[in-house]
Amino acid sequence: MFGSLDWSTLQHLWWFIVSLVGSLFVFLTFVQGGQTLILTVPKGESEKNLMINSIGRKWELTFTTLVLFGGAFYASFPLFYATSFGGAFWVWLAILFTFIVQAVSYEYRRKPNNFLGQKTYEMFMVVNGSIGILLIGAAIGTFFTGSNFVLNEYNLSRWTHPLRGLEAAFSLFNVSFGIFLVFLARTLGALYLANNLKHDALVPRLKVASFNNLLCALPFLLYVLIRLVTMDGFAVNPQTGEIFIQSGKYLSNLLEFPLTLVLLLSGLVLVVTGVVLNRFTASVRGIWPAGLGTVLTCLSVFFLAGYNNTAFYPSKYDLASSLTIYNASSSHYTLTMMSYVALLVPFVVAYIIWVWRQMDMGKLTAEEIEADKKSY
Amino acid sequence: MIEAVDVSTVNWARATFTLTAMYHWIFVPLTLGLSFLCAFFLTIYVRTQNPEWKRLTKFWMTLFAINFVIGVATGIIMEFEFGTHWANYSWMVGDIFGAPLAIEGIVAFFLEATFVAVMLFGWNRVSQRMHLFSTWMVAIGSNLSALWILVANGWMQNPVGMVFNPDTARFEMENLWAIISSPTAISHFAHATSSGFLLSSLFVIGISSFYLLKKRHQKFALRSIAVACVFGLFSSFFVAFTGDEHGYITATDQPMKLAAMEALYEGQTPSGLVAVGLMRPNIEPGSDVDPFYFKIEIPGMLSLLANRRLESFVPGINDLVYGNDEYNILSVEEKMRRGKIAVASLADYKQARNQDDEEAAVVALTGFDQHREFLGYGHLQSAAQAVPPVGITFYAFRVMVGLGTFFILLFLVYFYLMEKRQLENRPLILKIGFVSMFLAYIASQAGWIVTEVGRQPWAIQGLLPVHIATSNLDTTTVAISFFLFLAIFTVLLIAAVKIMTRQISIGPEGE
Ligand code: HDD
Ligand code: HEM
Ligand code: HEM
Repeated sequence: MFGSLDWSTLQHLWWFIVSLVGSLFVFLTFVQGGQTLILTVPKGESEKNLMINSIGRKWELTFTTLVLFGGAFYASFPLFYATSFGGAFWVWLAILFTFIVQAVSYEYRRKPNNFLGQKTYEMFMVVNGSIGILLIGAAIGTFFTGSNFVLNEYNLSRWTHPLRGLEAAFSLFNVSFGIFLVFLARTLGALYLANNLKHDALVPRLKVASFNNLLCALPFLLYVLIRLVTMDGFAVNPQTGEIFIQSGKYLSNLLEFPLTLVLLLSGLVLVVTGVVLNRFTASVRGIWPAGLGTVLTCLSVFFLAGYNNTAFYPSKYDLASSLTIYNASSSHYTLTMMSYVALLVPFVVAYIIWVWRQMDMGKLTAEEIEADKKSY
Repeated sequence: MIEAVDVSTVNWARATFTLTAMYHWIFVPLTLGLSFLCAFFLTIYVRTQNPEWKRLTKFWMTLFAINFVIGVATGIIMEFEFGTHWANYSWMVGDIFGAPLAIEGIVAFFLEATFVAVMLFGWNRVSQRMHLFSTWMVAIGSNLSALWILVANGWMQNPVGMVFNPDTARFEMENLWAIISSPTAISHFAHATSSGFLLSSLFVIGISSFYLLKKRHQKFALRSIAVACVFGLFSSFFVAFTGDEHGYITATDQPMKLAAMEALYEGQTPSGLVAVGLMRPNIEPGSDVDPFYFKIEIPGMLSLLANRRLESFVPGINDLVYGNDEYNILSVEEKMRRGKIAVASLADYKQARNQDDEEAAVVALTGFDQHREFLGYGHLQSAAQAVPPVGITFYAFRVMVGLGTFFILLFLVYFYLMEKRQLENRPLILKIGFVSMFLAYIASQAGWIVTEVGRQPWAIQGLLPVHIATSNLDTTTVAISFFLFLAIFTVLLIAAVKIMTRQISIGPEGE
């Protein structure tokens, strides 16, 4: 079935799959958003515990999606994996460190004799939700602003900036992208919690928080969007593989490939709808439209970076070294085989939904958390 | 092909990988086995509806969760470290190596991640059947993740199902099924998971024996031991069986590793197995010095284990380095010579392609094709480099096998005393049982040392030496990353151990 597709189609298919996993990850960062909300929303320990326990049941899902995103990128575009991880070394290590400490924080936070103390584990959560997400955003920003590396004739890479990826933070675009993601995660976190909890005082505050965080996200989003449609982009000539700078490249991607534009606009409308519903009506189900909207918006961003003969990981240092979905991908055979494996994904998604429908049948209450000795 | 990498950079990168892998492997084997033990305990509870079994299950699940999360934390580093520290590797073999990692995420990690939440928090939220089902799924999911990562590692030990593509200068996959069904991968999987079962059984037995010695929670402890003992006894036999099978496969695919495991310098027909021995340090290949101060040898045993025939030849390190005409073994020098031709032809090919010189390209490619199987040897600087560290491989192997044999005996004794209802009256045995919990971890780490140290200098056996596989990083950067990992993992390990010991001292009454 997949074997009869040509290589370029498979490369497009896999860019779609990677984009989808990445977008789902961004949606699931409501966990990270929730982790930073513990600073601002709860009044007192009991409310904080309730919030942490609610998102704590989902943290593994987000984490595993990140792991899958890495694995899928590795299998389908190994040259990106090699160039970016081995090159922008410090950014990726910093991101990873925030996830290492997050992984133990829920379980160890309130266990007796936990060595570092409850405050430290909560700080780990906050660091993961703020710095971790900010850096991920900045790293995605470099898909558009470019990085400093060069490939030799054997496709082995060398990073040419001594800061090894941290220099991405010098770009206003990258940083804005990161801050936008942090506030988006907080918005989603508040929406998620408002839906998952039963608590008379906390839920209304969460509903307000989702709205306020979206307001904070907006200026950064606007800046990112305006820059995107005005900036020069990295284009590739698919016949020769030559990379060149094209003015208004991302704008023309939007116009030549209207699906991207539709995804972007409908995604943003859905996010706003979800938040407004939560803020101004009695509904607490805003997380669903907002979550879907997040996925659609992120998809369009990934599409802008990779489709329509664009270099998705451009090199500022040496244009010719830039990575495209054509030159960075796995072989035809590997992409074919992995496409068969990807057929399993819908089943995985189905059982995840099935399980969580049962687990989340009743809303979480402070009484349940206090009664459960195993709670986080 | 590549600018020579600073030796110290490679060594720091290796040290960093070793560190993270060994930390990961502290937690993983317990996850692999304790998940099944929890599933057994819970099944008994569901069948009997006896609340004591419920409390018992909850207690072991608490320890499972503490261990599990730090396994996850160390695991994510392993995955991304291939990119950060082994970038050239990731490009050159990513076409093959990435696939099992991605499949692992899809089929195994989500199973674990989804159902572990139900297992820990679903007691009152889902039906009892659903809860039991989820607990089993956690066990199956965690062992599936072992399967895929060991397929990846097995492929590094015995690269099959791929071909080198001179245009992209990387290895590309030709046959996924050959990679998955490779006997190396399967025997890795069988041995590593069963060793996890064994370790977890000893973990349960160790803690329960501690309670019996302290005369606390005795009924609870005996119940736990009863289940763990049966599971452990089966596993320990299976570990020995699969380990033997593993050694047989190594003899075929990685003869140099086998020679190092046995510190066998001169190949013999038949070859004896050194049961116990003390090695002289720093033996150079080719020297006449007896490598052992003393040794106790079982005649013919090595031939039997390696080739399944008593009267057979097992090549030693010297045969493999200097060649042996009688047995058709090429010397490393010769392989290096041919490898260097392959490397040079590849460079010519690249150049011809750049200049659009079709004719020269064809000539260069023909030259390359003749010697392509020795490509990896073309990167070695000396024949001695092809020999892994012998001493550590030899001793680590003895430690693992020695302990493995001892554990079988221990389980038999526990089983016997349990049947006789005498266990709680045998403090010496209980003390040995307690200590064995720690010995299991040593055996388990030793196993990986044999596998990975014995594979040196290859990242991919025979194809890609480690000094070619690293990222283009300077030594300081890699060294800093090493110490950062060391610090963070050590802090988390201390936290995990402190929390766990406190939970153990609180005991099942706290559940
Ligand atoms: C509790 C742990 C444990 C115990 C008791 C044993 N092993 Fe083991 N062994 C491992 C844990 C382990 C391991 C850590 O799981 C390894 C490392 C890689 C692998 O697949 O399994 C391993 C690898 C390994 C190898 C592979 C080396 C290679 O890669 O070529 C062999 C030949 C054996 N074992 C043989 C044995 C025998 C004959 C044993 C006992 C009678 C034994 N092991 C007990
Ligand atoms: C280089 C090798 C390895 C890599 C890249 C790796 C990667 C990972 C990652 C990313 C996770 C976290 C998954 C999550 O999000 O839940 C993880 C956990 C896990 N890994 Fe590894 N792993 C490696 C070696 C191994 C080995 C050798 C085994 C078993 C034989 C193993 C078994 C597991 C299991 C059972 C878990 C579940 C968590 C736990 O044990 O606490 N891994 N690994
Ligand atoms: C989890 C248990 C593991 C342990 C304890 C372990 C141990 C080690 C050790 C001791 C080394 C260094 C050998 C030396 O430099 O002399 C090493 C290197 C390495 N191992 Fe493993 N390993 C484990 C699992 C794995 C797995 C599952 C993979 C692959 C999927 C893997 C891939 C590598 C690589 C790429 C290196 C670096 C290159 C090299 O030195 O060969 N390891 N490991």
